[in-house]
Amino acid sequence: MTGAYRPPRDNLWFARTRHCAFFVLRELTSVFVAWTIVFLLMFVDAVRTGSLQEFGALAGRPWMIAINVLALAATVLHTITFLNLAPKATVVRLDGWRVPAWMIQGGNHSAWVVLSVLIAYFILRSP
Amino acid sequence: MRRTLEPYLWLLFSGGGVVAALLLPVLVLLFGVLMPLGVVDWPTAEHLRALADNVLVRLALLAVVVLCLFHAAHRIRFTSEELLGIARFDLVIAVICYGGAVVGAITAGLILF
Repeated sequence: MTGAYRPPRDNLWFARTRHCAFFVLRELTSVFVAWTIVFLLMFVDAVRTGSLQEFGALAGRPWMIAINVLALAATVLHTITFLNLAPKATVVRLDGWRVPAWMIQGGNHSAWVVLSVLIAYFILRSP
Repeated sequence: MRRTLEPYLWLLFSGGGVVAALLLPVLVLLFGVLMPLGVVDWPTAEHLRALADNVLVRLALLAVVVLCLFHAAHRIRFTSEELLGIARFDLVIAVICYGGAVVGAITAGLILF
């Protein structure tokens, strides 16, 4: 008597349906989240050690810009999908009335826009 | 009942997910795309230095780095296992992923403080 039957694994399961492909794409945004953190740490290190010139040259290389355009697309996809998930994790009730999902998602996306504008303002304003 | 780390890892994952969602796109847009392309001028070194020297900014950055790295580590752990069919090596993969996040957090601490 051998072990239980295990059907062979489908190595291309993620390419079978659009739903699965999108799921994997969404999960892979995490690689670019990690990359963005590494890039930001390199930037902060350059600011603190006074080597902004070298960092600017590196950041301006075509391959680096290409990676960061991908990182921008991935982080935006992460933001939209992650903020849209919030109502599944958070049920908000006000006096027995359940706040609808679109309101929670709308609040999240509004917060994203407001925070982004604020951060851009603090970075770009002239001292 | 046996206590596991799993709930805390999920907590870090969701916290990091929210932080990454709200903060990273604008940062990568500015520092990774618009400034290198010359669409927007780089801020002066003094201005950036003043921002980076503020202890509150540094603490916030450290929190962002730690949370985002754990978010990424958690997702990469499970995605790699599902994608490549290597779930039987979960312990090794978990150690590599979270270990990477810890190393990144320590590096951030050394850079920022």
